[in-house]
Amino acid sequence: MRHIISILIENESGALSRVAGLFSARGYNIESLTVAPTEDPSLSRMTLVTRGNDEIIEQITKQLNKLIDVVKLIDLAESEHIERELMLVKIKTTLESREEVRSMVDIFRGKIIDVTPSSYVVEMTGHSSKLDAFIHGCAADSIIEVVRSGPTGISRGEKGLHL
Amino acid sequence: MDINEVVYQTFFPAAGKIIILGGFFEGSILELSGGHILVQCLKDEGVEYVFGYPGGAVLHIYDAIFHQEDVKHILVRHEQGAAHAADAYARATGKPGVVLVTSGPGATNAVTGIATAYMDSIPLVILSGQVPSPVIGSDAFQEVDTVGITRPCVKHNFLVKDVNLLAETIKKAFYVATTGRPGPVLVDIPKDITDPNIKVPYHYPEKISMRSYNPVVSGHKGQIKKAVELLLSAKRPIIYSGGGVVLGEAHRELIELTRLLGFPITQTLMGLGAYPAPDPLFLGMLGMHGTYEANMAMHESDVILAVGARFDDRVTGKLTEFCPYAKIIHIDIDPASISKTVKVDIPIVGDVKPVLEQMLELIKAGNLKPDSEELKAWWDVIESWRQVDCLAYDRDSGLIKPQYVVEQLYQVTGGNAYVTSDVGQHQMYAAQFYHFNKPRRWINSGGLGTMGFGLPAAIGVKLAFPDADVACITGEASIQMCIQELSTALQYNTPVKIVNLNNRYMGMVRQWQEFSYQCRYSQSYMDTIPDFVKLAEAYGHVGIRVEQPEDVRGALEEAFSLKDRTVFLDFVTDRTENVYPMIEAGKAHHDMKLRVAPSAPLDRELS
Repeated sequence: MRHIISILIENESGALSRVAGLFSARGYNIESLTVAPTEDPSLSRMTLVTRGNDEIIEQITKQLNKLIDVVKLIDLAESEHIERELMLVKIKTTLESREEVRSMVDIFRGKIIDVTPSSYVVEMTGHSSKLDAFIHGCAADSIIEVVRSGPTGISRGEKGLHL
Repeated sequence: MDINEVVYQTFFPAAGKIIILGGFFEGSILELSGGHILVQCLKDEGVEYVFGYPGGAVLHIYDAIFHQEDVKHILVRHEQGAAHAADAYARATGKPGVVLVTSGPGATNAVTGIATAYMDSIPLVILSGQVPSPVIGSDAFQEVDTVGITRPCVKHNFLVKDVNLLAETIKKAFYVATTGRPGPVLVDIPKDITDPNIKVPYHYPEKISMRSYNPVVSGHKGQIKKAVELLLSAKRPIIYSGGGVVLGEAHRELIELTRLLGFPITQTLMGLGAYPAPDPLFLGMLGMHGTYEANMAMHESDVILAVGARFDDRVTGKLTEFCPYAKIIHIDIDPASISKTVKVDIPIVGDVKPVLEQMLELIKAGNLKPDSEELKAWWDVIESWRQVDCLAYDRDSGLIKPQYVVEQLYQVTGGNAYVTSDVGQHQMYAAQFYHFNKPRRWINSGGLGTMGFGLPAAIGVKLAFPDADVACITGEASIQMCIQELSTALQYNTPVKIVNLNNRYMGMVRQWQEFSYQCRYSQSYMDTIPDFVKLAEAYGHVGIRVEQPEDVRGALEEAFSLKDRTVFLDFVTDRTENVYPMIEAGKAHHDMKLRVAPSAPLDRELS
């Protein structure tokens, strides 16, 4: 099963490699990993998407908690949560295809943020599956490049992951 | 110069600018360079010995060491030896071991020792030099990413970036290494941090707290209650205890609980000594080379109380057939050790000592007692397994049996020696035949299985307990991996007794090749083995070669009577001897290979 593990970690050099190293050393898979400092610059928030059965996920959370730099973590998949991913796509356009691409972007509630006579850069956020759907909807040979942030998420309600 | 300053200069000749704020010492701030801060931290931490080897990046630190005598430096001959010696010092005393090595090869040489300590949860603080901060990342001379290399084999590590944070970092290192599940912590110190010309106020924090690190101590009351209820309802119970009992100083509680319940107890390789081996409730070690009775009792049990043990693969054998009838209670300070390989029914996260205390209280306060009839029936079965006498060996052999040497060592030392070992057959013979009756007496590399551990370990133990008998049980292959430390043993006058079970093979490798590779003894034999007597003498020690069984006892007595000499006893043992019983890799507890007929002569040709 897919799990989104959200981690508050000391914002110190090497903290990221401790997490990444743990996953490679113990043979856990990482689907995606995003990290940036929080409103408290001494802390970073890391969102990690992984897959595994309950036993593996339990071990992953225990092993992560064991890292000295990890302050707190939660498995977002355990409760109601919202997840979003940011994607930037550069799409090749022709006179004939420009309108069609624009309407696709509108349908998916994306934005065109750069335009040249032969290309668009599209910005889109949403659940990862929506971004997948958009990519599938585009003509395969029209995509020049895709940049995805990997999912990040937050729990619903007033409870939150903080100190 | 006022009187306070004179006093300071007398006691701290290395101190730099001194600011006297208050009266005599009180409230005053001492300014020190990084090198002196480091040494002062060690003093304030109560460190007795630092095991190390100098080099470019740590020269400032060594200069600071030169100016004092409180922290004694033990100069090893290879950094691996430093880590092992400090590790064994920690295992024997319970205090953290301290290692000091230089950058690059100094640090990489220490890695084997660090990983050894990590696998066995031994508190170590490793101070490694690093190239100066401005050149980090430039492939400077003797530069290596020590923090990166050691990351997977330390509990935590630090790179010091500011001399003002040095003392606090050292305090954190000791705090993390010694609390919770202990382990090695490395502090990497760039050379500019210890620059003698840069002095900063010194303050060693008495206490430290880290928001991201709060180890659990006491166990969950509800879980403990459930555990006690399950234990008292058991029909075929067994206690399985490990190194956590030794590390957590919980042997008294373990003994009290075991005797109060009258349950059989088995211990892991790391746990030996926490429960006295000669006691009738003790079934011997379990696992790959555990006793028949211990492994069978595990397999047939209905309730297992696992205390400070981690269900290592050498203990469990085939996981899918591990203890099929048992409900398992697991006490461990590390939540990640619980249900890692074997699913447990009642997990209790906490320090074993307070948890066992709580269990004892509950049992004593309640009216429930173990069912004595069921327990007697269980013991009857266990006694029938004991009758197999799985450790029996040919006592009439004309060759020296390695088991016999360990038995004689046990008798000569009255069971009171500190015994270190290397890794292989001799390690198993030591575990099976030296009946440890106190914790912290059995010093071996259990998790990582590091050949070369024994000799430097013996030196570390002897430094901690100069009046105790210290023996290193080893083999001719293992001992050569850190043989250079014989020189250290002479320099620091650590008279240890090396018991070399010399079978001219890497015995354990050869045994596996015999069992699993149709006797194809690939590379498990050394064509050339040094003359250990001459070697010992060359290093300034006493060497004794023993070739006849009847000479074993006398040689051991002679060696231990030479109180102030390191003695290398080279026992030429039966090269065909194997360690029994054995659960071969991938097999279950009840699927043991036993010696076919203990008295049958082994007429096998080996090579």
